[in-house]
Amino acid sequence: MPALTAVARTAEGFLERASDWDRDLAAELAAESGVGPLTDRHWLVLDYMRNTYLVKGDGPTIRTLGKESGVDIKELYQLFPKGPAKLAARIAGIPKPHGCI
Amino acid sequence: MRHLVILGAGTAGTVMANRLARSLRREIAAGTTRITIVDQDPVHIYQPGLLFIPFGVYTVDQAVRGRAAQLPKAVRYVQSRIESLDTATDTVTLADGEVLSYDLCIVATGTRIVPEELDGLTGAGWGERMFEFYTLEGAERLAKALQEFKGGRLLINVVEMPIKCPVAPLEFAFLADWFFTERGLRDKVSITYATPLDGAFTKPACSRSLAYLLEGKRIALETEFNAGRVDGTAGELVSWDERTLPFDLLVSIPTHKGAEFITRAPGLGNEMGFVLTDPRTLQAKVKPNVFAIGDATDVPASKAGSVAHFEAEVLTGNVLRFLEGKPLEPGFDGHANCFIETGHHKALLIDFNYETEPLPGNFPFAWGPMPLLKESRLNHLGKLAFRHVYWNALLPGHDFPGIPARMKRAGKRFPVATATP
Repeated sequence: MPALTAVARTAEGFLERASDWDRDLAAELAAESGVGPLTDRHWLVLDYMRNTYLVKGDGPTIRTLGKESGVDIKELYQLFPKGPAKLAARIAGIPKPHGCI
Repeated sequence: MRHLVILGAGTAGTVMANRLARSLRREIAAGTTRITIVDQDPVHIYQPGLLFIPFGVYTVDQAVRGRAAQLPKAVRYVQSRIESLDTATDTVTLADGEVLSYDLCIVATGTRIVPEELDGLTGAGWGERMFEFYTLEGAERLAKALQEFKGGRLLINVVEMPIKCPVAPLEFAFLADWFFTERGLRDKVSITYATPLDGAFTKPACSRSLAYLLEGKRIALETEFNAGRVDGTAGELVSWDERTLPFDLLVSIPTHKGAEFITRAPGLGNEMGFVLTDPRTLQAKVKPNVFAIGDATDVPASKAGSVAHFEAEVLTGNVLRFLEGKPLEPGFDGHANCFIETGHHKALLIDFNYETEPLPGNFPFAWGPMPLLKESRLNHLGKLAFRHVYWNALLPGHDFPGIPARMKRAGKRFPVATATP
């Protein structure tokens, strides 16, 4: 199991390599960000984010998340307070979404 | 006969029409190539002017000119709404039913604001205590409201990114501080700037300089504020995470989207209607004979006139290469160059690209004359003079001496650790 201290991360705490991620690491990333414990609702979002990234090469925006992840925007903010797209990306082990330019 | 169709005659489309008409003048004269440009309304807006209209610095008349007069005679201008773009058959259908068959199409339809996207924004109070300044009508209504404002809470809110001219909302806050200071009302007006970003601006280095300016001008900064709904009667803007910001006057920068026909064309755009575009060549991802420029693209550069200007130089080269069957050049580096009005006859200047954050230094040459990322009177004069430059040099598609499309490293003070040759 890769411990959080052993993986390379950006200044903002995003994983340098998405391949370093596993579900235990997600729990550590979540705890560090004040999120959790991770429930099925969290995982619905995290799995959706990771799949989108693996298919499209970029994480989804909050707008897509609200429409397609199965969790509406209101709940997204309860699950991942402040910036769901950014926070969930960090916990899902994918790079910071490009949406915020 | 080869047919080039440009959709949209705003900044980017007009510059492309002028550049291509010049580059292809022999082919056009010989009758082997023709260019058509389409736009839905007859007026070309000097968009940086929209920021000044609310404060009475410019009138609407000073910010607009006829569209046709900005276009070359060799290009056919059609005034019509665009119904659809069919990349499978290489055709554009206009609102009146006319069908344009093209060999090469350039999408330059920019962005539009969609205030309906924020729950409550177009409800009670819209145009009375809730305003926008991204349209002529909106800017004029806001001018009247600011004239009549005698004090209270002014709230400026960016609903979501991306927006056109990401510095404009901040400039609005700075100019509001100046406007109310001049009117002797500043102590009666509180100004709050609420943004979904985690800083004042999209670029961290710039955010730090701007945060300092905000503090000096007593503008409260609310970051990571994602507006979920607004109540124009109660005067409350509420975020998705239930933070409430009260206001007497709200200046909203509503959600931006691309042209409607883009969302209807399979594979052309993203969910917001911005064209999926190669960030270096400006070729659309949907098909090789489709290109995109300016605010209409999804490239991770600022949506700004300077970006369109730099892109035009690269795109003209690539259009000509494409027509000759040569490989495209990945020449666009995301270069943007923006004046930021800070009020009191001063302005800041920033120059950056995909990789390089706005840095301090001098522009356009190492010796100056304009300082980067620092307030100065010369920058403000530069911003005012830019209106003439826009109509007489930028729109006609001329290169600016000393300011190439690719961002220059000379004159910028790079942090030692990241400096590369």
